[in-house]
Amino acid sequence: MAHAYTPGLRVAEKTKIRKARVLPLPGELVVKKGDRVEAEDVVARTELPGKVFSVNVAGRLGIPPEEVVKYMIRKEGDPVAKDEILAESKSLLAWLKATCTSPIKGTVETISNITGQVLLREPPQPIEVRAYIGGRVVEVMEKEGVVVETTASFVQGIFGVGGEAVGLLEMGVNSPEEVLEPKGIRQEHEGKILVAGSLVTWEAMDKARKAGVKGIVTGGVYDEDLKALLGYDLGVAITGSEEIGLTLIVTEGFSRINMAKKTFELLQSKRGMKASINGATQIRAGVVRPEIIIPLNKEATGEEETPAETGMTIGDMVRVIREPHFGKIGKVKSLPVELQTIETEAKVRVVEIELTEGSTILIPRANVEVIKL
Amino acid sequence: MKAVIRLGRSGEKKIMVEPKDLKVILATDCGSTTTKAILIEKKGEEYRQTYRGESPTTVEAPFEDVTRGALNAFAELEELSGRKILDGEKIIMPARDNVGVNIYVSTSSAGGGLQMMVAGAVKTMSAESAQRAALGAGAIVTDVIASNDKRLPHERIELIRQHRPDMILLSGGTDGGTVSHVVELAEQIAAANPKARLGTTFKLPVLYAGNKDARDIISKVLEEKTYLQIAENLRPTLEAENLMPARQKIQELFLEHVMAHAPGYKKLMTWTSTPIMPTPAAVGAIIESKAKRDGINIVGVDIGGATTDVFSVFDGNFTRTVSANLGLSYSISNVLAEAGVENILRWIPFDMDEADLRNRVKNKMIRPTTIPQTLEGLQMEQAIAREALRLAFEQHKSLAVGLKGIQRVRDISETFKEAKVETLVDMLKLDLIIGSGGVLSHAPRRAQAVLMLIDAFLPEGVTRLGVDSIFMMPHLGVLSSIHPEAAQEVFEKDCLIPLGACLAVINIGRLGEKCLDIKIHYQDGRKIEESIPFGELKLYPLGPKEEAELEAHPTRQFDLGKGKGHALKTRVRGGVVGLVVDTRGRPLNIPKDKAKRIELLKRWASALGAF
Repeated sequence: MAHAYTPGLRVAEKTKIRKARVLPLPGELVVKKGDRVEAEDVVARTELPGKVFSVNVAGRLGIPPEEVVKYMIRKEGDPVAKDEILAESKSLLAWLKATCTSPIKGTVETISNITGQVLLREPPQPIEVRAYIGGRVVEVMEKEGVVVETTASFVQGIFGVGGEAVGLLEMGVNSPEEVLEPKGIRQEHEGKILVAGSLVTWEAMDKARKAGVKGIVTGGVYDEDLKALLGYDLGVAITGSEEIGLTLIVTEGFSRINMAKKTFELLQSKRGMKASINGATQIRAGVVRPEIIIPLNKEATGEEETPAETGMTIGDMVRVIREPHFGKIGKVKSLPVELQTIETEAKVRVVEIELTEGSTILIPRANVEVIKL
Repeated sequence: MKAVIRLGRSGEKKIMVEPKDLKVILATDCGSTTTKAILIEKKGEEYRQTYRGESPTTVEAPFEDVTRGALNAFAELEELSGRKILDGEKIIMPARDNVGVNIYVSTSSAGGGLQMMVAGAVKTMSAESAQRAALGAGAIVTDVIASNDKRLPHERIELIRQHRPDMILLSGGTDGGTVSHVVELAEQIAAANPKARLGTTFKLPVLYAGNKDARDIISKVLEEKTYLQIAENLRPTLEAENLMPARQKIQELFLEHVMAHAPGYKKLMTWTSTPIMPTPAAVGAIIESKAKRDGINIVGVDIGGATTDVFSVFDGNFTRTVSANLGLSYSISNVLAEAGVENILRWIPFDMDEADLRNRVKNKMIRPTTIPQTLEGLQMEQAIAREALRLAFEQHKSLAVGLKGIQRVRDISETFKEAKVETLVDMLKLDLIIGSGGVLSHAPRRAQAVLMLIDAFLPEGVTRLGVDSIFMMPHLGVLSSIHPEAAQEVFEKDCLIPLGACLAVINIGRLGEKCLDIKIHYQDGRKIEESIPFGELKLYPLGPKEEAELEAHPTRQFDLGKGKGHALKTRVRGGVVGLVVDTRGRPLNIPKDKAKRIELLKRWASALGAF
């Protein structure tokens, strides 16, 4: 390995963000190129086909499948109401007639003369896609969706749960070391996105969701508390679709870990501004990390940051991301070329780090990430 | 050099070289994170793996072209070997002196591998056969749908829609039997109007391998909405399973319709001299051919970051399963969720509380490329590996079974009732366990790999153990499709590291009670005689090239496969670790008491020199 892999999570004061807002199926766009949109605005809508139900008409009427068509009162494409008669057997005697009714309101999709099944489809469900971030529509994909662009402060988390949420940013604590506890959650936090420091407790998360807090951004969380929030033990790290009443974004990891100073100060400086957050995380091929986007006012000035390569060089600030020095921050002192034998007896590439507390340690390069303070 | 040109099934030209002219072979495995390239060269009369280069796989943004990663891996090989392989971005063929290669072969599991859904009329019959066919072809089966799976039709349709597989395999009905069940499933697939995972503008490949009498109707139902292909019925009669035609068709479709839409694969496919194989299919091929050649029964395992594959060959029956969410980095948290905290903690030889374990596991999941730095960190990962391997093996045993529905079937209603069927995996008949994957292949001490394999698989009687040295089974598997001898030679000489053998007793007893007397007669005349009480692990020296006569006499209540109290006499082969005698019993019970557990785990590890 030529250099250590670093997840390269971005923390940018000002950067250009583009978000594709795409419908799951072709539909109608309600904005056009150049339009200014707010995060809550609908940009496209469509209808999702309804659920399909099958009715065993041949079985119900006691007739061979190939004869089902003959007995159908409603034909393919016809609308049907719930409990409406779909098919009826013919008999001279009224009380010998067998009928088959529709279990749903919808339309007749197909009639099979092989299986004797009739497929019914529920009415379509309307689906709306919102802008998610305030900005300008810069691209239009006919019938599919739009791309919204904005200049924003941008923070990537390492892990999250819960989907997209929009709210005003509010500080739940005063420093990156502080723990967000229930007493830090107040009624006026309803609809807000709260920033915690080194930890948010389960009790605080529970109180927050009951108080209508939309999201919490924290340095660390205990896995036991995450389990309590989700109601189950998370197995595979593919998240974003949980319906847990709030979106949680963790910036550093599992345990009590101070939020990186730069991240905390950036979020603090945007207090009161509207933020768009998404906890969706996918840690495997095609990595997706959770995000916090805070669109800046039009008059925002200053240089835009572009993502930098994350190779490690002497003098870089790094954070240790595995025991025994997990969470500690230091400066790269040297990058020895030769493989070194570590405590486990494995031979690995190492990095020498001068910790901020003064001591020097030698650890595997795979166990650090480059950070910006 | 004589070049043979043949046409592939899809009409593409494939240049085949006479096996005797193969002097330099270039092979890659494009994995989901790393592309590994190896060079195999003919040195004198033997084939040996000589150099290895690797580079991150480049299927994802920003590159979105698998060939970039392959080129980088080739460049590293060039640097290490001094052989010029590339002319710009072209592989130089054929080989002359220190320039070029004769053939290039590759496997791939990048972009999540081949993901399939299978559907069959009866869950324990055609659906299970379909599942075995898909797994055997190297797929990850995302779900199994069956007429009797207790789901409502709309639930099945929703599932098909949500999964977005790469391919669907549909089966059902014996030839000449009922058509309605399988047609019903086809109608549901059509109603879902499924979309392919890659290449959204293309129709989803659906392979029909069911009752041949239903082919016309199935075509009518599915032809318009899917890319429908037909293969021979994989369950032509209740008594027979015919998986090969479906497996081959799946691999063809994988190349032509799945891989072809993955970024850069069209180009990669023009470079390779033989079709690209799904990685697990290639690993399966090399294990199967080893079993066949040596006439032995094998269990192979490949534990990765996201998935664990298990392969077995018993009496010629090949089975492969994949546990899609059991692995040691991306899926590590799922091992904890599935095995439970207690089962992980029982392998940890020091005091660790649940909260600490949980946080450490989650931190590994979110930062999957970190490595254990402390001994305790390593012991924790190896504890989790044991459980991942155990769970994957359990899943394997439940699918590696004989055909269900035979003999007892009188009418179709009976086949809907589940019968308990014996697994094909017989630990007493097992000759060799092969481990592969970072945690086993790269364990700092080989004895640690031995201990993990024994604890997870719980071999019985005498079983040999080995590991894949640098994960080259995929490369050798695909090579075996054109030059089986070269593949086997490299497999024996450079790939398979013999760890040694394990002798294990069945049944349980009290710690310390008399259990087993052994006599080891070495080739050089040395002799060891010992009495081993119950509950011990012992290691005896027996090197990789050594063999010894082993005589073992269990006491009345213990069994070595010959019956309780019956002696076993056999010849055992050694390995880099040696001969392990395991009198801990089967099933293996680990004390619940923490102090006792820790003491025992430490004693066992130290007996093997693992820690």
